[in-house]
Amino acid sequence: MNSNNTRYSGLAIAFHWLLALMICISFGVGLYMTSLAFSPQRLKLYNWHKWAGVTILVLSAARLLWRLTHRSPPLPLTMPAWQRAASHISHAALYVFFFAVPITGWLYSSAAGFPIVWFGIIPLPDLVEKNRELAETLKPFHWIAAYSLATVVVIHIAAALKHHFIDRDTVLLRMMPQSKKSSLS
Amino acid sequence: MNQFIKFVFIGASLIGASGAAIAQQKLISAESEIAFISKQLGVPVSGKFKKFDAEVSFDPKKPEAAKVNFTVDLLSTDIGNSETETELKKPGWFNSAKVPAATFQSSSVKALGAGKFEFTGKLGMKGISQSVVVPITVTQSGGKSRVVGSFNLKRLDFKIGDGDWNDVSLVANEVVVNVNLALTGIPPL
Repeated sequence: MNSNNTRYSGLAIAFHWLLALMICISFGVGLYMTSLAFSPQRLKLYNWHKWAGVTILVLSAARLLWRLTHRSPPLPLTMPAWQRAASHISHAALYVFFFAVPITGWLYSSAAGFPIVWFGIIPLPDLVEKNRELAETLKPFHWIAAYSLATVVVIHIAAALKHHFIDRDTVLLRMMPQSKKSSLS
Repeated sequence: MNQFIKFVFIGASLIGASGAAIAQQKLISAESEIAFISKQLGVPVSGKFKKFDAEVSFDPKKPEAAKVNFTVDLLSTDIGNSETETELKKPGWFNSAKVPAATFQSSSVKALGAGKFEFTGKLGMKGISQSVVVPITVTQSGGKSRVVGSFNLKRLDFKIGDGDWNDVSLVANEVVVNVNLALTGIPPL
């Protein structure tokens, strides 16, 4: 087995860390902005949050396409079957929420009467018509989806750290950017 | 004293007479709409006013004699979002809690032909009065007149979004107001 297929490709690693960073920041901004009173600062943060959300959605679509057309590096042979199953389920859940979180946000934004103009330049279509009742109905779904994603992310990180520090296997290293120190050869 | 009573009487009868003439022309509120579009960071945010009324005296053949008094209840602003609506009532925005009415009083009307007219008048909001020109198009069918028009106003001219919100790169200064009115009793074009 050569080092090329024991780790993710450079593109997959770039997707992973870029999106990890964007998702964490967007989640933090989302929590913060909703705590603010009506203000110019809040308006800016809401718009940046939406721009980031749409970017995450687009990058996630590209990433999913990559994932469906490429094989992931194999899991360590020492991993029990239940852990493999759990890994597959949690990764599937991550991908579901990569889409569910931005889409529920977009739906809510449309229903609330605030169309999304990506980076303030590209107007995106409204997914639903402006409707006060619908907006109220949709609002918790974005929140629920975001917290669900956060929960799976925490499990994902905990599992990665467990593999690295307790099992001492190569699961985490498969996704680390290559450096002289972390070479898996 | 007699003079004064006479004066009041004449004044009252004049108001009564003009009132009667105006009463023949009616705005059908349920079939009319006054909407606006404001831009926040390039995002068009639209709203409408649910309550408004007008006194109209308009003969398309005698535009120079036309008189329109419009009153819009700013407390009836529907932007589809309760939080924003609550905010709009505050002094920095419409101050509608204190000054609930926006008014338009025509001063002159110009006929441009083909059912097109230009209403010039004073738009009043928050105690500030500014001259505006409202181009409209009138179409008629079945005794009803449809009046469609649109004009731009600069929100800061009326101190709307004053203070914290005066950054026009955040909330554009230009606000588009669209009117679409149904009226009865307007004489034929």
